Amino acid sequence: MSDAPVLPEGLPTPMPLPDGLDAPYWEGTRNHELKVQRCNACRGWQWTAEYICHRCHSFDLGFETVPGESRIFSWQRPHHPVHPALAAACPYVVVLVEFPDADGIRMVGNLVDPPEGEIPIGARVEPVYEDHTGQPDYTLVQWRLA
Amino acid sequence: MSKKRTLRGEVAIVGIGETPYYKHGQSPDAQFKLTLMAILAACEDAGIDPRKIDGIASYADDKNPPDRVAAALGFEQLRFSNMVWGGGGGGGSGAVGNAAAAIHAGFADCVVVYRGLAQGQGARFGSAAHYPTAVAGEAATWIPYGMMSPAQIFAMRTTRLMHERGIDRSTMRAVSMASYHHAQSNPRAVMHGRPLDEEGYDSARWITEPFRLFDCCLENDGAAALILVPADRAKDMRQQPAYLLGSAQGAEYRSGAGGHNNPDYATSSFKTVGPNLFEMAEVGPSDIDVVQSYENFTGGVVMSLIEHGFCSYEEANEFVAFDNLIAPSGKLPLNTSGGNLAECYMHGLELNIEAVRQIRGTSPNPVAGAEVAFVNSGPMVTPATNMIVGSEATL
Repeated sequence: MSDAPVLPEGLPTPMPLPDGLDAPYWEGTRNHELKVQRCNACRGWQWTAEYICHRCHSFDLGFETVPGESRIFSWQRPHHPVHPALAAACPYVVVLVEFPDADGIRMVGNLVDPPEGEIPIGARVEPVYEDHTGQPDYTLVQWRLA
Repeated sequence: MSKKRTLRGEVAIVGIGETPYYKHGQSPDAQFKLTLMAILAACEDAGIDPRKIDGIASYADDKNPPDRVAAALGFEQLRFSNMVWGGGGGGGSGAVGNAAAAIHAGFADCVVVYRGLAQGQGARFGSAAHYPTAVAGEAATWIPYGMMSPAQIFAMRTTRLMHERGIDRSTMRAVSMASYHHAQSNPRAVMHGRPLDEEGYDSARWITEPFRLFDCCLENDGAAALILVPADRAKDMRQQPAYLLGSAQGAEYRSGAGGHNNPDYATSSFKTVGPNLFEMAEVGPSDIDVVQSYENFTGGVVMSLIEHGFCSYEEANEFVAFDNLIAPSGKLPLNTSGGNLAECYMHGLELNIEAVRQIRGTSPNPVAGAEVAFVNSGPMVTPATNMIVGSEATL
């Protein structure tokens, strides 16, 4: 187990949209909280951020902390470095994490300290907040097997 | 009075043209020159004066704009120009459909569909070295996690397909081996003279698990073009016409949801587009003589074949087997010129051209008596598109 980031510095860094659409998500990650869109009208969860609720077409969307557990829905293990910053980082594991208690929304992240071989689909994972300095500072949400 | 809205049999592909296909970076000619060369070759094939082309259809990511093409070739007039949205090769068959729709609607009389692509002169699709230093929006939820290339973007759908549906790696291997097999009798193919066996596939390096090297398309330089005219005009032209029986485009419910949130995840995006195509074409999967199915990655081909009804999920491991996929003897000959894996990655337009050759009987791997040929473009993207062409006997 290590506190080093999963991937080295030098990859494209994330920044909030200039119009503020996803700002509460990025602010949440800085505070080590996982907040995504929830419709104030029909109470459905939605991710990634959009101006309208795809279920009821309300424009009244807030951000709330994602409830319940998170599970590995799919995964891959890149071996070929597609970016110069990844030259010494391969292989690493990318996971698609599902939130069954939040209408099945999903998020992409890296698996910290992954096992060798097959990654267990359906396994519970917990978030690991990975802080970075940048323009602006940002936090990546990584995952660890629970 | 209601008239049935269909393109079936209204328009024909009468000309096909390609430049030589090169490994990326090896074309002696500029991308735009390659594009012009392919269009002129298609006109020569059709016996049409290039100045008489009055419409242009292509698809997203083409960097050869219609104003420049029409000016360079001296079109007497330009009456139609159009591009399918999306990215990569998803729009290739849709561009043919749009060209046919324009002709049927009276917008134009002679439309060229083209793709000019020299990855050696622009950015290689398999590399992210040219990406910006910062990203925002939906892409910011995955690019910083080292998920950047097309192989990485589509790998997790394939992992999920294998998990949910029990698709074996050997099924993906069969797709790759069929393309390489067909390329060995196609002198135009970049992988001509480079056969692939099971051991070669299995021992190749990982690109990103579950994709090994030969699950992934090539990166090439070249250009391809097709010429379409109204069916009644096609009869008197130089080549045997390949009539468009149908074309469809789009995707299922929320297929384009951001951050990999499309509800039905392990799909090639053809669950609605497939049935829509067959309805217009008035044929079913069992009527198809030969299939050209876009291989960005082998897993997407397996999904495409299933979602178009060529086999079920349960049948796939047995049906999608090398012996079934090769011409002329297989039950469903697949990617008979070598396709994106072994002929050339011309964003799939080489597959549309190969479908026409099968109807003409001029394929490097002809399927005897082929009357109905199928193409699907760009699986796993939104919009995804497809088309079916047929001989005169199918009208």
